[in-house]
Amino acid sequence: MNGVLTPRDEGELAALVREARGPLALGGGFTRGLTPEGTPVSTAGLSGIVLHEPGALTLVARAGTPVAEVERVLAGAGQRLAFEPMDLRPLLGTEGEPTLGGVIATNGSGPRRVQAGAARDVVLGLRFVDGTGTVVSNGGRVMKNVTGLDLARLLAGSHGTLGVITEVALKVLPAPEATLTLAFGGHDPAKAVACLSAALGSPFEVAGAAHDAEAGVTRLRLEGFAQAVAVRAERLAKLLKAWGAAEVLEGPGPWAAIRDVTDFAGRAGDVWRLSVRPSAMGQALALAGGAQRIDWGGGRAWVLVPEGTDLRGRLGAFGARAVLVRAAPETRAALGTFPPETPAVAMLSHRLRQRFDPRGLFNPGLMEARAA
Amino acid sequence: MDMPAPSPAILARKGAIVDRLRLVLPPGGVIDDPAETRAYECDALTAYRCPPLCVVLPTSTAEVSAVLRLCHEEGVPVVPRGAGTSLAGGSLPTEDAVVLGVARMTEVLETSFEDRFIRVQTGRTNLSVSMEVEADGFFYAPDPSSQLACAIAGNIAMNSGGAHCLKYGVTTNNLLGVTMVLMDGTVVELGGPEGEALGLDLLAVVCGSEGQLGVVTEATLRILPRPEGARPVMIAFDRNETAGECVSAVIRAGLVPVAIEFMDRPCIVACEAFAKAGYPDCEALLIVEVEGSEAEIADQLQRITAIARTFQPLEIREARDSAEAARIWLGRKSAFGAMGQMADYICLDGTIPVSALAPVLTRIEELADGYGLKVANVFHAGDGNMHPLILFDANSADGLHKAESLGADILRLCVEMGGCLTGEHGVGVEKRDLMTDQYRPEDLEAQMRVKDAFDPEWLLNPAKVFPLQVSESRRRAA
Repeated sequence: MNGVLTPRDEGELAALVREARGPLALGGGFTRGLTPEGTPVSTAGLSGIVLHEPGALTLVARAGTPVAEVERVLAGAGQRLAFEPMDLRPLLGTEGEPTLGGVIATNGSGPRRVQAGAARDVVLGLRFVDGTGTVVSNGGRVMKNVTGLDLARLLAGSHGTLGVITEVALKVLPAPEATLTLAFGGHDPAKAVACLSAALGSPFEVAGAAHDAEAGVTRLRLEGFAQAVAVRAERLAKLLKAWGAAEVLEGPGPWAAIRDVTDFAGRAGDVWRLSVRPSAMGQALALAGGAQRIDWGGGRAWVLVPEGTDLRGRLGAFGARAVLVRAAPETRAALGTFPPETPAVAMLSHRLRQRFDPRGLFNPGLMEARAA
Repeated sequence: MDMPAPSPAILARKGAIVDRLRLVLPPGGVIDDPAETRAYECDALTAYRCPPLCVVLPTSTAEVSAVLRLCHEEGVPVVPRGAGTSLAGGSLPTEDAVVLGVARMTEVLETSFEDRFIRVQTGRTNLSVSMEVEADGFFYAPDPSSQLACAIAGNIAMNSGGAHCLKYGVTTNNLLGVTMVLMDGTVVELGGPEGEALGLDLLAVVCGSEGQLGVVTEATLRILPRPEGARPVMIAFDRNETAGECVSAVIRAGLVPVAIEFMDRPCIVACEAFAKAGYPDCEALLIVEVEGSEAEIADQLQRITAIARTFQPLEIREARDSAEAARIWLGRKSAFGAMGQMADYICLDGTIPVSALAPVLTRIEELADGYGLKVANVFHAGDGNMHPLILFDANSADGLHKAESLGADILRLCVEMGGCLTGEHGVGVEKRDLMTDQYRPEDLEAQMRVKDAFDPEWLLNPAKVFPLQVSESRRRAA
């Protein structure tokens, strides 16, 4: 991306916002293929890990710190970001370096969300610059904190529209000693989701539950101490014998590809993601058509449809749960990235944006339609 | 505790307001007899009391909406109330406020084991939610120690935790959606069984907002499969520092126990005298609990005791059966009762980074000596959530005042060491005036902007969370 402004610290960023005379397109590495109008501003210059305390499961890092660097440092202490941040570059054909701030600002969470929660769940606190150029701090670095309103989690997933995140404090978790995948074949989405639900309703701590609707493969991931994982796999396979014999795969398995939806990389068409309750996913996908990948135990699906398809129109009531992930700019302009909200939610969201970004500088038009 | 002066105009209109409220609620839904409203003059922070204008007990979201629309029209403040178990004065009334209690809203609305959620009216108690799904092998994870009595409404308002947060998180991590009524009566649905916000995550800021943003009437809660079993090990040390180091070492080794509880000597002595759990004579005690199948429990306990041994503990006591497990927990679970027998006490809940444990305990003792008071410490060590219990004599003239001053000093210490004022009890009125010790004016300003967006007239749960001088211009303008 050309002409990107990259302030070197929080103070510079705050000054830039104060002095801005028009919209700012905020990003970290700009790997998500979202290009709101305005002068591009990257937080990549605000980089570095501020604190990592393995004994307290705590990491504090500046927003522009590459996700890869965070993961490397954590791995050095046998830890990781449990929410499994995605790398969408292959799917979206983008370049750039995914940043921690970008992951938090978009609440980007991978398959382990079913067990360890989403990105927003591990946020302990953060700092951000609001639309007036004021630096705000919220939360802290401790595991339990109910002091005041939880702006930190509100900022997570706000796609920069309430403020530019400059630093985040996260709860991290130990990396497992062993990983193992159980795979079942030959089920349609509804049957596959029933299998995933049965697994997630068991006490065996399933840490990944996905289904490839093209290949007809249903996968479950177990993680932990080697001995425990082996025992749980055996008992889980027994519990799920109605879905056939399980193939067992030791090691990391295909979960990075599932996380990043690399199956749809390089294939023509638009990519959408759906978020519906698992018991309704079969029905939603029957309406959706296209090529399908299911994750989060049936709570999320990725759908590849011909370019320009109005998937929300096709989905009926489920259309309100569909986000456009990859499409040509004209399609994005016509259909919008995010689904419409109920009037009450839209009203509250609009009031919040007005108060946090009164001049409408931050990623305008990305999450809410601009006033005519 | 400073509270704003009640509005004489509202007090003068009390009769008319009560009459109007009676029209929108079923018989018995409005309480205005001073003898009966007295039951609502305080919550579990009993040091502060004020009878409200009246109390309303609606039975549905529609009734809550009607009440709020009416109060909004009349310009009457509303204090939402769950079960009244707040330790922070979260539902302390003002004289000109209507207390809106959700105690009559206890229905289970929907349960799905396939989608792993339960939807309830928020007057339902925390424990009864778990009991509802227990037979099917599920439970609701947040378990504040008041779980027998406390309501889901209050859990959401305070983002309640419990002893098992290290593994399962707090309310915000287990709350999927709410039905909430805004002060003007608008009903809004936030989140849902899908559990993912596609727009702004408004649910995130509603959870823990202490009744400042709306009245939550229904909640969709995540339910989890119950672990096959759980078992504790008790480890005794001759120094607080060593116990703290042991906690860090266990976590660094990749173990995430479901609970790590810490007790210091004054607490151990009191619990032992009260419950006779057979605790050893030591400076610090850890109770570490792990979950899973029998084999997994044995494996994890073996790893934990191996780590603990490197710190030369005075004793390691593994529970071999459920009777021994219960005995280990007996003392810890009776800590508050034990303290209550000895003296009056204030329970704090500041949180600190686990690494600051030992210096904080030393400093707390020094601060307490300065006031001539005793402090016993019992807390969730895995997540740094302390519960110092300040013992005092409520019958002495300045007993409460001295204890509160020491409490404020201890909470400031928590903030200074990188922690916070409250880990799970909430700010309420109790810690309201300490907020400026943790947050700068611009940080509080940002939080108040959220309040402005949801409750522009500042009528909901007045005089809580934000120091009065900080919110004064907004309250006056509204």
